[in-house]
Amino acid sequence: MKNIVLMGNPNVGKSVVFSRLTGAKVITSNYPGTTVDFSRGKMRLEGEVVHVIDAPGIYSLIPTSRADKVAATLFAQADLVINVVDATRLERNLYLTLEILETKKPTVIALNMWDEAKHLGIYISDKMLAELLGIPVVPTVALAGEGISDLVKQLVDAGASEKIKPVSEEERWVEIGQVVKKVQTVTTRNRTVWEEFADATVKPATGVPIALAAIFAAFWMVRLIGENLIGYVLEPLFELYRPLAMALSDRLGSGFFHDVLIGKLIEGEIDFVQSLGILTTGVFVPFGMVLPYILAFYFTLAILEDSGYLPRLATLSDNVFHKLGMHGYGIISVFLGLGCNVPGALSTRILETRKERFISATLMAIAVPCMAQTAMVLAILGPYGFGYLGLVFGTLALVYIVGGLLMNRFVRGESPEIFLEIPPYRKPSLRAVAKKTWMRIRGFVNEAVPWLFLGVVLINILYAVGFIGLLGNVFSPVMEGWLGLPREASIVLLIGFFRKDLAVGMLLPLGMTPMQLVIAATLLTIYFPCVGTFAVLVKELGMRDMFKSVGIMVFTALLVGGLMRFLLISL
Amino acid sequence: MENSIAGLKEGESGTIVDLLGGISFQRKLRTMGIREGQRIKLVSRQPLGGPLVVEVERQQTTIGRMMAERIIVRL
Repeated sequence: MKNIVLMGNPNVGKSVVFSRLTGAKVITSNYPGTTVDFSRGKMRLEGEVVHVIDAPGIYSLIPTSRADKVAATLFAQADLVINVVDATRLERNLYLTLEILETKKPTVIALNMWDEAKHLGIYISDKMLAELLGIPVVPTVALAGEGISDLVKQLVDAGASEKIKPVSEEERWVEIGQVVKKVQTVTTRNRTVWEEFADATVKPATGVPIALAAIFAAFWMVRLIGENLIGYVLEPLFELYRPLAMALSDRLGSGFFHDVLIGKLIEGEIDFVQSLGILTTGVFVPFGMVLPYILAFYFTLAILEDSGYLPRLATLSDNVFHKLGMHGYGIISVFLGLGCNVPGALSTRILETRKERFISATLMAIAVPCMAQTAMVLAILGPYGFGYLGLVFGTLALVYIVGGLLMNRFVRGESPEIFLEIPPYRKPSLRAVAKKTWMRIRGFVNEAVPWLFLGVVLINILYAVGFIGLLGNVFSPVMEGWLGLPREASIVLLIGFFRKDLAVGMLLPLGMTPMQLVIAATLLTIYFPCVGTFAVLVKELGMRDMFKSVGIMVFTALLVGGLMRFLLISL
Repeated sequence: MENSIAGLKEGESGTIVDLLGGISFQRKLRTMGIREGQRIKLVSRQPLGGPLVVEVERQQTTIGRMMAERIIVRL
């Protein structure tokens, strides 16, 4: 089957074109490096089914990061290339275009962001550009779907360029200069108030207060949406469901099936958090407690992503991240990790060196709780007051910083400086935000819920065979002696490998003090990643580095847990 | 007067005359639009040796201080 590969600089809209061509749903955002892996889809071209591949963005066919290598490999497999070019930055985009054309691969150019270029006073003669390059050029506005059908028509008999010959790098720039001079006219306009504001968001004196306000507003919005969804929608719904579950409980009587499906009754009633049955806790934790926050978080994140603010935040925080052995773009993995550690781990690919990737992946796995876990921590510690929540998240932030400072000193390798294109601000479209939020929610339901069920079944089996008591005894010196937690907490850590949200809920029946809950909730973040994150980290870091990373996690968990016990309980 | 872009004041512009450094560093700068002959403006400077934000042809780029010191401009 023929392979059509989408190639282009970062953040030119390749993934949007890809969605338009194939109908496949992929995450698109307004920052360079959204796509770090490739997506494959299919489309029909003159009755023939062809593969369409969305590659990560690159500036040149000579790779500098891991994501670049993915793109270069995909390019080698291409039968036909769609080179997506940002019309507002024609000159720099043409470098990759010439490199592609020199390889004699059949190519069609999608001259994207055509509307934005016009708006900026940039006029490009697409016909003249096509003639000079010797290949078809189609103006597109991928976000609105304009020009896509023309693009498909041009794919049918696309060929290699006869006009472009391999030249040296220097000559290539000369060639680009000549082409741009012939095809592009720019009318200069005055700066708008909006552009002045855009600049203010990257100047330290104004940018830092704006950043703090933006982050505060984002968290406030997540809490507001999450709490209200739970209070006014999900909890009432589950109260309607309760009699049904009770009726089933009565019919099942006692025994193994009752334990697995309904779980333990607490004072003769179903407790949706503590009963630990598939049809009670197994449904309530993911849908009644976690999902509302997942929705709230991803909705807010999508707005941040699509507005183009994240690269500016990376610029402002570069100083801090540089001292932790990464550069400012490390903040992307923190933000994505706050939703789910799996995409967080994948996003470390945009960092250039092994050292940076190791540090950012390890720190994220240690100190960045995913939204599922955060939602549960809010639920169990929230009632005791804001201070306890502050202790958990404050400790994690401190661990992130201290861990980064130490790893920066001791992990060998380079931490290059930041070098990052800042996209223009764009107004997030409600449709795009809703679509992206929906995709991520579906991802959560598909990935998380099976593990949660498995966790619930496992708990019941382990209890039935008496393994839980054994485990508790083996780990009691660590749990009771060192961390000051009940021995049953070791079961919680075991379940945490499957689902951390479920594990946090399991802390409730242990009858711990609020301070013990703080320690246990913090440990659950630090000690080990969940199974999904673990698998991705092994793939991203390799076995050897993952082994080191896990060592750091376990050591940090024991150290921080012991210190917290000493400071919060013993003192 | 020739100076590195790091020596400019916020809001000041210059014309790029030279890029100091290895081939791959130069290529990276050029493919991101920072190349000889272009007008470049310093938009902001982060404190404590942090990165600079520069603008070439309406495109802003964040660039580390040490790299910025290797971009030579004429005022």
